[in-house]
Amino acid sequence: MPRYIKDGKAQTDGWRLLRPGDDGALPSVPSDEDVIVPLAAWLQDAVRWQNRPGRSGVLLSPDDDPALLEPHLAGLALIAIDFPAFTDGRGYSLARLLRERYDYAGELRAVGDVWPDLIRSLWLVGFDAFLIKDGKEGEGGDDYNTFSDSYQVNFRQPQPLFRRRVTRP
Amino acid sequence: MYRYDEVDHRLVRERVVQFRDQTRRFLAGELSEDEFRPLRLMNGLYIQRHAPMLRVAIPYGHLRSTQLRKLADIARRYDKGYGHFTTRQNIQFNWPELSRVPDILEELSTVEMHAIQTSGNCVRNTTTDAFAGVAADQLFDPRPYCEIIRQWSTMHPEFTFLPRKFKIAVSGSVEDRAATMVHDIGLHVSRNEAGEAGFRVIVGGGLGRTPMVGEVIREFLPRQHLLTYLDAVLRVYNRFGRRDNKYKARIKILVKAMTPEGFAAKVEDEWRHLKDGPATLRDEDVAHYASFFVDPAYLPLADEPAELTGPLAEDKAFARWFERNTRAHRQPGYRSVILSLKETGAPPGDISDEQMEAAADWADRFGFGELRVAHEQNLVLPDVAQKDLYALWQTARKSRMATPNIGLLTDIISCPGGDFCSLANARSIPVANAIQQTFDDLDYLYDLGDIACNFSGCMNACGHHHIGNIGILGVDKNGEEWYQITLGGSQGSDTAIGKVIGPSFAQADVPVAFGKIMQVYLERRLDGERFIETLRRVGVEPFKERVYAPLH
Ligand code: HEM
Ligand code: SF4
Repeated sequence: MPRYIKDGKAQTDGWRLLRPGDDGALPSVPSDEDVIVPLAAWLQDAVRWQNRPGRSGVLLSPDDDPALLEPHLAGLALIAIDFPAFTDGRGYSLARLLRERYDYAGELRAVGDVWPDLIRSLWLVGFDAFLIKDGKEGEGGDDYNTFSDSYQVNFRQPQPLFRRRVTRP
Repeated sequence: MYRYDEVDHRLVRERVVQFRDQTRRFLAGELSEDEFRPLRLMNGLYIQRHAPMLRVAIPYGHLRSTQLRKLADIARRYDKGYGHFTTRQNIQFNWPELSRVPDILEELSTVEMHAIQTSGNCVRNTTTDAFAGVAADQLFDPRPYCEIIRQWSTMHPEFTFLPRKFKIAVSGSVEDRAATMVHDIGLHVSRNEAGEAGFRVIVGGGLGRTPMVGEVIREFLPRQHLLTYLDAVLRVYNRFGRRDNKYKARIKILVKAMTPEGFAAKVEDEWRHLKDGPATLRDEDVAHYASFFVDPAYLPLADEPAELTGPLAEDKAFARWFERNTRAHRQPGYRSVILSLKETGAPPGDISDEQMEAAADWADRFGFGELRVAHEQNLVLPDVAQKDLYALWQTARKSRMATPNIGLLTDIISCPGGDFCSLANARSIPVANAIQQTFDDLDYLYDLGDIACNFSGCMNACGHHHIGNIGILGVDKNGEEWYQITLGGSQGSDTAIGKVIGPSFAQADVPVAFGKIMQVYLERRLDGERFIETLRRVGVEPFKERVYAPLH
């Protein structure tokens, strides 16, 4: 399994994720580089981020409120959601809110403690890109097809299984 | 009972394949202990005192005879010949080998069973009234809704990694026999002004080290909105529940922090966006699930046939069993039977492979091939013709499942405690047995009447000691086992958390303390008053005084 996967395929990742250093400031990078910046930094200066020569995406922590991004969503090419631990499930709810309530259509990327084993459920809630954690790329584990169906309403399957069962011809 | 279709079958098989691979990677050293833990927990696998422990799901406590035979077979071939029924209507095996767990799961899948989400921080097995479908006081049958919740919660992609485990209980009867007030979500039947039956939604109950009675956040939820509303509650909890401290991660802490009104408002806000969406249950959807829970082919029988009344008049032992271990049925000529797993000397809830086989045979011979696991850790045969009760009793007696103690002091709910559980501070089973031995005189026990005695080996409260009329909690003092007694807990219509009566007791003194508590009850009770009623009326003081009085 490669490190960066988008739409089910290995890709080269052109984006650089900027996390604040010990002094709280973001590392400086050439203005034509594509960068992902934390929500707070983005909100502080959205116009500048939108107008630089390189593209800018936003990184959400699990406790961020995605509603704050609502006015910016149409122009955003990428949102990354951080998984500080793979057992922290908040990012799944954020993904559904972004996709289903706020109709976000750009790349939705899972970063952090992301394993092949989690890809399917992440994909179901709306992620289409995965940055697999270092060291986990080579492992077996899950992929999109571990399970052939799901019971619930989700971003990929808006009709729950019970409804498909009952209305099946 | 619900029958899998090809999709259910496929999903459970796929889960086995996934877990087989994860187990292989762990055994090969590709996954560390820490990495494997959440994965195995989601498949019911703990690492315990002696060996791994596997908890198998029995959705809402429903079992077919073929499934029980499979459990017997697994107990025999993969374990030491027994299993342990839990208060959450599941079964636990205490001695499986880790490398063979995938094989056990594969065997289970052949009879429509699995261990999915019997542990871990996800939505656990949904529980209900053991008499669902046959209870005389039922307003609607909760089982189709339990199955709908089972499917909704199974591998829910959004709610697989919640802050903490999550438990839902459903009751469609007036009398709440599912402890809905002490679950993360309790769904208890209520009526709206038009007289329709829907759900009262109770959130934030729970036991553990901070026991709480739940709060009603919606007095009436129309049944078609069940799933969208659950999605809303779970989403609020998933996003805002605390994750920094596992003791504060339960929804009860969030509800308290936000206040019930604040929490309810947040849920309503989330729900506005989900309500009437595709997960809304239409009549035909519910009808599809209800079609699995239709009445079996009852015979047109009359109540009180001679085959019953004769033995009742002649055989006192049978009459006792009939009184305690059978329940009224909606259908004339039938009763529900509770097979006691509380014989003196046996760990509460334990069942041997032979007993499982025997109970499965009775389900076929005297019922319609179905059984239930009761929250009190007993088995239930829901539909037995009254004319067959005497024959059933005679054979159940030989298999040691006819102890006539249902609802009595010796029908103890107990966690496995220090004998099996690595979290325990004290053993539960020997103390439970000591109490059973102390109160082995049936006349005395009958005179004491209904008393719920619940027993946990540590603060986690698996044995529900907080809601026992008498609760016992194992505590550790400098490496020694001590036992704390609580009084006044109850479940059902007036759910209450019991209060600790004072300093804890050494093991040998617990039965003595019980004896004194019972003396006070017998002295103070009014005519026909149950233990809990007397306790509520006179308060805990007289009991305390007697128990802690210096010996002269
Ligand atoms: C050896 C195996 C077991 C382990 C390791 C275990 C572990 C736990 C833990 C850690 C909790 C903590 C709950 C909390 O903090 O809220 C808990 C609670 C609970 N467990 Fe177990 N348990 C075991 C066996 C059982 C058994 C045998 C039963 C049933 C007899 C059971 C039923 C429950 C119940 C009902 C709770 C309730 C807590 C609540 O309502 O909040 N568990 N268990
Ligand atoms: S109450 Fe404690 S000792 Fe008993 S099973 Fe639960 S965790 Fe183990």
